[in-house]
Amino acid sequence: MLLRLAERTVILLVSLAVSSLLVFGFMVLLPGDPARVALGVNATEADVATLRREYGLDRPLAAQFLDWVSGLLRFDLGKSYISKAEIAPQIADRLQVSLILVAVSMLVALLIAVPFGTFMAVHHQRPAGLVLSAISQIGVAVPAFLAGILLITVFAVQLGWLPAGGWTPPAYDPRLFLTQLLLPALSLGLVQGAVLTRYVRSAVLDVLREDFLRTARAKGLTPMRALARHGLRNAAVPVVTVLGLQLATLLVGAVVIERVFVIPGLGSLLLDAVGNRDLIVVQDVVMVLVVAVLVTNFVVDLLYLGIDPRLRTGTR
Amino acid sequence: MTSPSWRGPSWRRGAGTSSGFSRLATGLLPAGAHRSRSAVSATIAVGGGIVGLIVAVGLLSLVWTPYDPGAIDPTSRLQISSGAHWLGTDKFGRDVLSLIMAGSRTTLVVGVVAVGVAAIVGVPLGILSAMVPKWWGEVIMRANDLLLAFPALLLAIMLTAVQGQGVVTAMIAIGIASIPSFARVVRSGAIGVMKTEYVLAARAAGRRPWAIALRHVLPNVMNLVIVQASVSFAIAVLAEAALSYLGLGAPPGTASWGRMLQEGQELLFVAPRLEVFPGVAIALAVLGFNLLGDGLRDRYDPRLRDGR
Repeated sequence: MLLRLAERTVILLVSLAVSSLLVFGFMVLLPGDPARVALGVNATEADVATLRREYGLDRPLAAQFLDWVSGLLRFDLGKSYISKAEIAPQIADRLQVSLILVAVSMLVALLIAVPFGTFMAVHHQRPAGLVLSAISQIGVAVPAFLAGILLITVFAVQLGWLPAGGWTPPAYDPRLFLTQLLLPALSLGLVQGAVLTRYVRSAVLDVLREDFLRTARAKGLTPMRALARHGLRNAAVPVVTVLGLQLATLLVGAVVIERVFVIPGLGSLLLDAVGNRDLIVVQDVVMVLVVAVLVTNFVVDLLYLGIDPRLRTGTR
Repeated sequence: MTSPSWRGPSWRRGAGTSSGFSRLATGLLPAGAHRSRSAVSATIAVGGGIVGLIVAVGLLSLVWTPYDPGAIDPTSRLQISSGAHWLGTDKFGRDVLSLIMAGSRTTLVVGVVAVGVAAIVGVPLGILSAMVPKWWGEVIMRANDLLLAFPALLLAIMLTAVQGQGVVTAMIAIGIASIPSFARVVRSGAIGVMKTEYVLAARAAGRRPWAIALRHVLPNVMNLVIVQASVSFAIAVLAEAALSYLGLGAPPGTASWGRMLQEGQELLFVAPRLEVFPGVAIALAVLGFNLLGDGLRDRYDPRLRDGR
């Protein structure tokens, strides 16, 4: 167990190091000088040189990289090339917003996927299960931002029940916060839920065929109780993996959804920075997102060990 | 992104019920369902039909669209469906049907190039990782997993920040992001192939590794590659739509379904139908490629799939 934990931790650390190198390399090696980009096409050579010196862009790449990474570790991300504002506090503010959105969406997805997926598996040969399967297949094909636009069309435009977008901090006006959160969280959650439903269904279907479930039935448990006591824990192993992968999808999906609903999250910060060609902000936000994905994968691996004792000892 | 799939043992998969309804419905089932042979064929037929339709429309749009998709006509702005404009017109008076038809071309080109980039890099990488000593294979796969932490959209946004928006940037970014799924799928198949007796015989006969890779491994993992290509195509369609919607993909003036969604959104309160048609087109394309991929996966030999 400890050995596995150590192994996972080493993998996480190496991945973090390599990906920081990748992100940095990506932004540096691609043609396009951040200083020139920030100043626009009319800048003189002297202006560009001054800005390059100001941001340390004239130093060796290795020094720049080490500077950036040591800054990351202290959560000092430098200043924006354009607005000259400190980047770290901005990212912290925006991250809060995005995390709330992602967490609520994940909850929506789970609330849809677990009951429906289990139902579809138990009734997999009956019309109800089949119809739900077909609906989930269609749900998978709809991008979240399209679901968002359609939800706005119905609930904001046609019915006028909910606001079409915006964001209010929960402390300021909890009611407005919730009404504004509902549609974006639903658009991300519905689509993610459709994907997840398919995995819950296959996982439960596989468990239904296991010998231990037949034994449980033979002991006199009803199908539902057998599934609840013995099945769901076993079905959870593959589902947790997908959940981890989906968290990454959700984080990136949130970037687009924030644009649809005009939410001031990390995605809006990223897209604004791309629009302004503020490359240092882009580099920082991308790195934060990648760290989030890698840490999530790490946590999923740990959960794995918690759920399935078989994985704790050596053999894979 | 390859998603792991859990399926029952193959002996269960042959036993499907086949009343007319259930045959149609099982055609839409996700992995893990046990399907009859006819249900698998139905999935392929429906998926292939949709894909074929989109390709046909794309080809047709090269030679004919009802109107010039770029033609701005201020006199006929925001018209509803009529005999002259079947799907109406947008805020510039452009014919929506013509735009949808021309947009299918953008979708297909982006998908083909992105999947091409991913396959050209990912397939050799997967075969290589199965043929080199085990330890090296592990290293390659770890590096591969790392790339998975960069989703297509994020990579594309990063590239756009440096390179500026454009279809080429989008295609390459989506392609790079799809490499890991190809490499992973091909590796799992290739490991199985490397253990077969004919490969052993070829090695004993002194065939060079690259000859074995080309003559024995590649043809045997081709099925997996085709399935993955179909699934990756669906992901590429989604990514292109999202990028163009964000204004980071197809530049203004290029017909693209994602762009149409972006341009229509400000008119949501006036003409919501402008969002419906490109939306349906995107969903249909993704559905088509997903179904085709699912169907083909079930059609091909399941033993190769679990070759690890």
